[in-house]
Formats: sequence, structure tokens, C-alpha cells
Amino acid sequence: MNTALELKNVSKSFGLVKANKNINLAVEAGSIHGIIGENGAGKSTLMNIIYGMHRADSGEIHFGGQKVDVRSSADAIEHGIGMVHQHFMLVPTFTVLENVMLGTEGGLMLRDGRGAALERLLHLSETYNLQVDPHALVSDLNVGQRQRVEIIKALKGGAKVLILDEPTGVLTPQEADQLFEILKVLRDDGVSVLLITHKLSEIMDITDTVSIMRQGEMVGHRKTSETSPQELAELMVGREVLLEVDRKPAKPAEVRFSAKNLGYTNAQGVVELEDINFEVRSGEILGVAGVSGNGQTQLMETLAGMRHLTSGSLNILGTEVTAADQTDPRIIRDLGVGHIPEDRHTHGLVLNFEARENMILGFQDTELAGSGKLFDYKTIQQNCEDKMAHYDVRPPNPRLNAKNFSGGNQQKIVIAREFSANPGVLLVGQPTRGVDVGAIEFIHKQLLELRDAGCAILLVSVELDEIMSLSDRIMVLCGGQNVGIIDSADADRQTLGLMMAGQRQEAAA
Amino acid sequence: MADFLYQLLLSLDATLRIATPLMLCAMAGIFSERSGIVDISLEGKLLSGAFVAATIAALTGSAWLGLGCAMLAGIFMSLIHGFACITHRGDQVVSGVAINILASGLTIVLGIALFKRGGQTPSLPREDRFTPIEWWGVDMMDSVPVLGTIYRQLISGHNMLVYVALLAVPLTALILYRSRFGLRLRAVGEVPEAVDSAGISVTWLRYRALIVGGALCGIAGAYLSIAQGGNFVREMSAGKGYIALAAVIFGNWKPLSAFMACLMFGFLEAATTRLEGVALPLIGEVPTQLMLAMPYVLTVLLLAGFIGKPRPPAAIGRPYHK
Ligand SMILES: Nc1ncnc2c1ncn2[C@@H]1O[C@H](COP(=O)(O)OP(=O)(O)OP(=O)(O)O)[C@@H](O)[C@H]1O
Ligand SMILES: [Mg+2]
Repeated sequence: MNTALELKNVSKSFGLVKANKNINLAVEAGSIHGIIGENGAGKSTLMNIIYGMHRADSGEIHFGGQKVDVRSSADAIEHGIGMVHQHFMLVPTFTVLENVMLGTEGGLMLRDGRGAALERLLHLSETYNLQVDPHALVSDLNVGQRQRVEIIKALKGGAKVLILDEPTGVLTPQEADQLFEILKVLRDDGVSVLLITHKLSEIMDITDTVSIMRQGEMVGHRKTSETSPQELAELMVGREVLLEVDRKPAKPAEVRFSAKNLGYTNAQGVVELEDINFEVRSGEILGVAGVSGNGQTQLMETLAGMRHLTSGSLNILGTEVTAADQTDPRIIRDLGVGHIPEDRHTHGLVLNFEARENMILGFQDTELAGSGKLFDYKTIQQNCEDKMAHYDVRPPNPRLNAKNFSGGNQQKIVIAREFSANPGVLLVGQPTRGVDVGAIEFIHKQLLELRDAGCAILLVSVELDEIMSLSDRIMVLCGGQNVGIIDSADADRQTLGLMMAGQRQEAAA
Repeated sequence: MADFLYQLLLSLDATLRIATPLMLCAMAGIFSERSGIVDISLEGKLLSGAFVAATIAALTGSAWLGLGCAMLAGIFMSLIHGFACITHRGDQVVSGVAINILASGLTIVLGIALFKRGGQTPSLPREDRFTPIEWWGVDMMDSVPVLGTIYRQLISGHNMLVYVALLAVPLTALILYRSRFGLRLRAVGEVPEAVDSAGISVTWLRYRALIVGGALCGIAGAYLSIAQGGNFVREMSAGKGYIALAAVIFGNWKPLSAFMACLMFGFLEAATTRLEGVALPLIGEVPTQLMLAMPYVLTVLLLAGFIGKPRPPAAIGRPYHK
């Protein structure tokens, strides 16, 4: 076996947290190697060590059979390592070309290296089918295009090892498929690809080998052809995991939430939602499917009161809301609507606040914060401890700032807060984005329990599987319009795919 | 009419002289702020530069040595700022204010200790200062109407540092937009993670930006004390560092726009001196204080969003943690 990259006994701590403990890993040249693990297992930390962004406390790194000392990303790049980070590392105010040039400008003045850089960019983009306009501003690109820029950046120096940290987390399924095609071409060119993902189906589809991490340790290596999603999930979580949700038929009761001819036009006069009609009953989940960017975000934010609808009306638990009403999230919340925002970082949490404070966000005027005028931190602490225990938030430390929890656990904080308020109507956006299988199982179970307790739930997700397995009925959005609502029993990928492309339900069926 | 033109010309000439230290400090501010470091300490660096220039020139009799040492003093102050807020990730505003207080106190203490004149430095003889430079052919041009006067008053007859300041503006623009250093500088002020991930040291890059800024502030200081004036007086910078910072914000962190803002502020001040005691039609006599407050009022209005929305570098004020 021809080893491209080998790690020996690599360890790394952040204060008291042991993020990596004696990690051993060997990656074959010209292969796709998957790395999986729960949120906070230490995957990103390990990749950052290989790429020189973090320094290991101890251990050795070998490239092409030689021990090397990686002190900075510059060293890593020199050794032929390229990395696409979990969060984009692009300068939005720069053009694609400028972003690609950064670090390898090829001379004191930009003029000296621009031509060569452009040539290299075009060459890479042609070889690997990474279409992107070199002169476009990055801020004008969508996530799929930005990712291509990241890959070009990672490959520009002739990388022999390419690391991708959760590249598909923000991509639509189509974009993810395109990405995998590119990875296969790279592999055939002899590049070793290290791929981190939470989606076991992706691991099974594309990787040759896979390594599993749990709580900072490497707990196993497998050949993909000799393992199953079930086994991988169990290795990751350390217990048996239900990958399929067990959904009993819904028992829908009265209509709790409905929209009539709902429309939203933004400040620039662009129509973003048009003529949306639906109703959600007590005890059912209405899923909203669609290629991302077709109005899902606008719909959620309009329903939650974060934007004002510009036409039509809403009926929320008997209260009529029209364009003339100056609603805000507070009013909507007081009507009994819970909201799990799509973007937990900007709308779900205050990252620099402690977990216990985040746990009462939006409920700071209720009993949860104590009965007096001032905050009663004993009550707040107790409330947080209880919920952390019930929703299995790790670490169960109410005093930790929200930003120091891993993605999955941040999501659990939001979910604990919103679910336990026992809302009559619940709006859920991307509940499992960037969340590991163990947490997904838990979140799905909780959602179904809430449904069975009579909550009316509207669920938006870019994961078709999630929509299909949780929803009782599915509404498909395309270009801000409702293409149709179908029963989930009648929904398969094919039908939904056609509807997502804009074909009306009758034509698709 | 000719008289009005002549008055206007004199005002423009004064504008240029007043705007010179503003331009240098504003370019300094652009370097550091574009790298992501809030630079409220322009004022302190300007003041230290002025003091050191006058002191060294008085002690050695060399304006050039004064200028060089003023630049070193500005750089030294920048390094303190960098040590506090790049190396130790301290609060950039607090560190900047501390530097301003330090400069204000230190210049007086050292001044008294060295020269025993209540904080002033001795007045320099003309030959130890940067004196106005007559351009070639001024007398010849005098015969040409209008242009001749413009040439003599506005273009020729300034000291060298005025031309340095005027050169600093296109040079800053050139470095910022056309050079490798400028590309990295703009990147580190927007997304430092991207710079780190490209294998470039964020720390060293930001230090270099501060060093360039410190040198520019030093030149501005030397202009105040050994070119425009002939000695150092306490609190000589008189808020010019802050006005320069306002110009940076006004100019949206762009060299040419900041330059225009400096000229505008300079013109306001020049006009103030000219208009003192003069009754304008309709308005009457404009209080000097009001005119002097204009740069600040305009800045507040701008920041309140009345004039337009400034777009600061995205990572400004945020220490970089891996
Ligand atoms: N810069 C840091 N400072 C302190 N702790 C950190 C830092 N980076 C990571 N950690 C901690 O180290 C552990 C491993 O984090 P890491 O980001 O590697 O997890 P991960 O496996 O990539 O998780 P995810 O799937 O959510 O991305 C976590 O407990 C995390 O809180
Ligand atoms: Mg990670």
C-alpha cells in the first residue's frame, strides 16, 4: 500500500478538553477516505492539525513516508496539502481570482502574477469541471459556487492530499452530487481525499475507506465495502442507533395554522413569495420541500413574524394576521407559536451568552426567569440543568457560552427551549443541519412526540429524506410559489424532484 | 471678481496646508484599519512625532534627522499598540486611548525635563526647518494671468512634506489595490481566517500595517513642529488625529475618498479663519466655534446614517483567535 499521509499518536488539548487523543491514521494515495464522528468528536481539530492551523501537542505527521514538521498552513501547502474548511474562508469583497491568488500572488505587484493565476484557475476549472467566473465577486456567488472556489484554492498548488471538512453541509443534493463527481476525478488523478461528513449515505456512496472517531479517539477503520451504515452509526455513537424513523400514522384534528394567498415582496420590490395557501392541523407535520433558495427562508421568516407579509393573511390559532398588522416575532410567539430558526447562529442563539441565558431567550418575561422584576439566576440555572438533562445536551454545563458547544449541541439547546414551551404551533427550519446521527435520531423522535401530543408542525428542510420520513403531507416550493401539496404516502424522490423543478402536481403524478 | 478669486486661492492654499497632516494621518489610519485594527491612536502618534521631530531638530540642528526620528517615534507607538492588541489580543480602543494619554503626558514631561520651557521646545532657526520650495519658473509664469497666480500660490511654495503628503495618497492607493501587500492587507481586515488558511501570518501582516501607519503619523508630526511651525507646543496635535480618523470613515476606508474628506475638513477650517468677523449675506456672522465643530458634526451625521452608510472592514476591532 502506498501511503500518502500517516498520523502517529497525535494528541491535542484545548484547556481541559482533550480534542484528540493518540490518533493514528493512514490514508492511501489515490483514495477517498471518509472520517465520521459525532459533533465535537474532534474531526475538525484533527484536520486543522494536518493543515497546520493548529499544532499538535504530541505525535508525528508523515507525508509520502517522510516525517514532517507542520508549523503553519504555509508548510502544509508546501507539502501538498489543500483544505476546504467547515466554514468558508473566502473574502466576500474580493473577486474569485483575488481569492485564489491570495498567498500565491507571484510577485510584489499583483500585475506580475495575475495572468499566470488566471491561467491556472481556468485550467483547474476546466480539468475538474469547476465552473466559476473568475471575475465575479464572491459575495455574489451562491454556496455551491463558493465551494468550487474553495476547491480551486485548495488545489492551486498541486495538492496531493485534499481535505474537505463537511463540504456537503450547506449544499443541495444536486450540488453534492456534482462535488462527488469532481472528487472521483481527483482520486483517479492520484489525489488522496479526506472527506468529513455526517451523512452516512455519502460515506457509503463515495468513500473507499472510512475512519470513525468518538470523543477525541479513533475507534475504528473500515473498508467501505465491508461495512454498513448501521455498523458505522453504532461505532460513532457507541450504542445502537435507529436510522429509520418509526412514524405512526398521524391523527390530524382541528386546523391550527393556515395561510391564505400569502405573499411577500421585499424592499427592493422583488416578489419572493406569491399566493401561498396551506393549512396545518393539530397532530400533523407539514413538510416544505424545495431546492434551497426557492422561498423557504422567506416563508419561515414571514410566518415567524421576522418579516411582514405583504399580501394575503395568516390564521394562527384563531387569530387573523394580515399585511396591515404590524406583527413582530414577540406577538407571534405570544400567540403560541414556537420557532426553531434555520440559522441557529444568527437567529437561534446569542453565541456569547451562557447556555442558561440562551435557554430562556424569548421567555425572559415568563416564570422561567423567576417571578420578580429581576432575573432570578437560581431559577434560570435550575431550568437549564433540567432541560440539559432531558435533552441530553453535552457538556451539561449551564455556564458555558453557547459558542463553545458543538453544532449538534447548540441545536439541542434551541430545541430544548422551544419544545418545552409546549407550543400550539411549531415552525422548524433545518433541524438537523450539521448534526450527527445520534442527535438526528433524538431530534426526530422528539419532533414526532410533539406531533403526537397535538402540536401543529411546519418543517422546512433541504434534506429530502428528512422531509419524506417525518412529514404527513408535503408542500413543494419553487420560485416562491406553492407547486402543490401531496400526501407523503404518495411522495417519492422522483415525484418530488419533478415538483421541485416546478412541474405542477397533476403533471408530475 | 479678481479679488474674490484671489481670496479663494488663498483659502485653497491654506486648505492644503491644514490638510497635509490630516492626509498623512488618514493614510496611516487606512493602513491599520484596513488590516482590522482600530486606530484611535493616530492622535497620540501624531503628537509624539511632532515632539520628537522638534526635539531632535533642536538638539542636532538637522531637520532630516528630526523627520527620521519622528517616524521612528510613530513606529514605536504603533508597536506598543500592536503588542497590546495583536500579540495580547487586548481591546483596540482601550489600547488606542491609552497611547493617546501616554503621548500627551510623556511629551510634556520630557519637554519640561529637556528644555525647561513649560513643555515647549526652542524655536528652530529657519535653516533647521523644512522651508517652502520655490518651483522652477514661478517668476516667468507670473506674466500669465490667473494661471500664473495659481502656479505661484497653490502649486509652488510649499514645504517638502506637503508634497510628500500629496504623494502618499496615490501611493497608498497603489499599494492597497495593486500590490501583494495590499491584497493581503485588505483580506486580513475582512476575513483573517482566510489569510491564515492561505499560509500567511496574520500577526506579522497586521504589525507591518501598523508600522507603515506609525511612520506616516511621524511624518505628519514632523510637519506640524518643524515645517509648518518652528517648535513644539503642548497638545500641538489638537485633535487632528481624530479628524483624520473621521476622514477615513468619511472616505469609507478608501484612500482617494479619505483624501477628499481631508480637503473638505481642511477647507472648513481655512474658511473659518477667513470668515471670522465677516458677516455673510442672509446668515450674518457665523460663529467660529460652529465652523470648527463642523467635521465632528458631519461625522456624527454620517455615522447616524444620514449621509450614507459607511462600510468598515468586516473584521475591524476583532482580535484574531485560531
Ligand atoms: N479553538 C478551540 N478552543 C477550545 N475548544 C475547542 C476549540 N476548537 C474545538 N474545541 C473543542 O474540541 C472538541 C472537538 O471539536 P471539533 O471542532 O474538532 O469537533 P468536530 O468533530 O469537528 O465536530 P462537528 O461535527 O460539530 O464539526 C469540542 O469539544 C470543541 O468544543
Ligand atoms: Mg467540525
